[in-house]
Amino acid sequence: MTDVLATLAEGFEDVTWSESHGQDVVHVPNETWKTFAEAAKKAGFEFCSDVTAVDWMRQRPDRFEIVANLVSMQHRIRLRIRTSVGREDPKVDSLAPLWPGAAFAEREVFDMFGIVFEGHPDLTRILMPDDWDGHPLRKDFGVGSVPVQFKQSHKVG
Amino acid sequence: MTDEKTLGTDEPTTEIVDVWVAGTEEAQFQPTTEPDQEIGVDESDERLSEQFGTVIEDDYVFDDEVQDDERMIVNMGPQHPSTHGVLRLQIELEGEIIRRTKPIIGYLHTGMEKTAEQLTFGQGPTNVTRMDYLAPLHCELAYSLAVENLLDIEVPERASAIRILMTELNRIASHLVALATNGMDIGALSMMLYGFRERESILAFFEKTTGLRMNHNYIRPGGVAADLAPGWKDDVSAILTDFPGRLDQYDDLLKENPIWLARTRGIGVISQEEAIAFSITGPILRATGVDWDLRKAFPYSGIEKYEFDVVTGENGDVYDRYRVRVLEIVESLKIVEQVMDTMPKGDYRVDDRKVTPPPRARIDESMEALIHHFKLFTEGFKVPAGETYVAVESPRGELGCYLVSDGEANPYRMHTRAPSFYNLQSLPITMADSLMADTVATIASMDPVMGDVDR
Repeated sequence: MTDVLATLAEGFEDVTWSESHGQDVVHVPNETWKTFAEAAKKAGFEFCSDVTAVDWMRQRPDRFEIVANLVSMQHRIRLRIRTSVGREDPKVDSLAPLWPGAAFAEREVFDMFGIVFEGHPDLTRILMPDDWDGHPLRKDFGVGSVPVQFKQSHKVG
Repeated sequence: MTDEKTLGTDEPTTEIVDVWVAGTEEAQFQPTTEPDQEIGVDESDERLSEQFGTVIEDDYVFDDEVQDDERMIVNMGPQHPSTHGVLRLQIELEGEIIRRTKPIIGYLHTGMEKTAEQLTFGQGPTNVTRMDYLAPLHCELAYSLAVENLLDIEVPERASAIRILMTELNRIASHLVALATNGMDIGALSMMLYGFRERESILAFFEKTTGLRMNHNYIRPGGVAADLAPGWKDDVSAILTDFPGRLDQYDDLLKENPIWLARTRGIGVISQEEAIAFSITGPILRATGVDWDLRKAFPYSGIEKYEFDVVTGENGDVYDRYRVRVLEIVESLKIVEQVMDTMPKGDYRVDDRKVTPPPRARIDESMEALIHHFKLFTEGFKVPAGETYVAVESPRGELGCYLVSDGEANPYRMHTRAPSFYNLQSLPITMADSLMADTVATIASMDPVMGDVDR
């Protein structure tokens, strides 16, 4: 762990640091998501490269996991911060006030997973039509199928 | 006055008394008999005194407040020749000046991240290569690197070198399209013809190597699909000898062309701080003067072995983005030349039968090879549980792949950090308070690929 991450880790006790394939990952409780992000930005992570989510369905007690990839251009390091939100009423603080670039990504997560980002300037659907029902990237959203015309071949003889 | 206005508020309603109607004692103005000339009740005293001539103003000052009927919302796209695909913009205009812009996307959304969850890891490149269709090899590279990272395998040196060779050629081809369409949108039609002509020579090389001009499915987890075709050095050398002269032609055409300068200098400006705040990467970020290139910052596939410079601009306008792209072609040519000269010998894919299919000839001889082949193509290979994020520098910026595996043969979640998607967020900033005529130049300089935006 580099110095930057060590100083960042000092202020927070309830976060879990880990390493995944050589990449620094930190799991943050939902309540401290925004405070941690603010501290990370202060510590030098001026660039939020990506925000996405994973739907763990029944595999984990908290169904959704929000993942944000931060980059520190001055220190040339990456940090992935994650938090979990529950099945009922999934809500998390928005990162868009800190990194405006996260706005589109959070709209996409809202669109695809139905996770509400509190404090987001314009939380609307972005890729799907506005009147779409459901959130496609959830694991319980079916992939659907198109009826095939010539599925059954003629029986010969 | 009706009560409708005050409904729902708890404030006591103050009744406004019209001086001439109510007949109060101190009438300030002489009532008029014509109803059309009644004085508005909400007009301020200063305005009234101006109108009644007690205050005399020399100059007529235009109101800052614009009337509602002067503000106009214009819809541009989604079917518009200069929006590079199905990009739709809602533009709020005051006369000819753009005040606000809202990009509306999703017209090309095909759910590729959902599709990726249905496909095996081996089938994945077929899917991701269709995202950014101008830089398909970069998409495949990001995905393959992510899978290899989860598998903890190292690809042979030759495979890495081939990957760098192909992706850098792809960067040149993509930048040529960017230059060509940028030229076409501003009216430099010859640039369009030249750009596509030169790109053709690269696509021909791709076709020879991968079998296809686009959507190659060439870079796969474990290496590349096939070795370079015999005589590849001649093709690459031809490209390397041709291109410098061709780039000079482009410079003759555009670099000091007064019309081109007038249309691009100082247009669509974005500052460094804005670009970083809005997660903008690639040539747009570098045109503002930030020397941020993932090939230098977080090198992949051994690109740190080759010498090249990161090109930066100064002003962050359309012209600088154009210059950055042209000079990046020069840098990519340098890399291609070095890769060609130092191409290592050896295998072009990892020698692990659990990941890469056996050679065709082995299938006829070895039962094991047949089983491996059958297993790979029916159920695919299993990837240990874990998550990773790998990013490469695509022609449009940071192209990342966030891959989660739960130990099965399909990705549990595959997310692509699409550079164009984030770069589109710069449009409201760059287009604010600019002229409508510059819209097209600005969009073209962002070089958005809608397949990448919507996925």
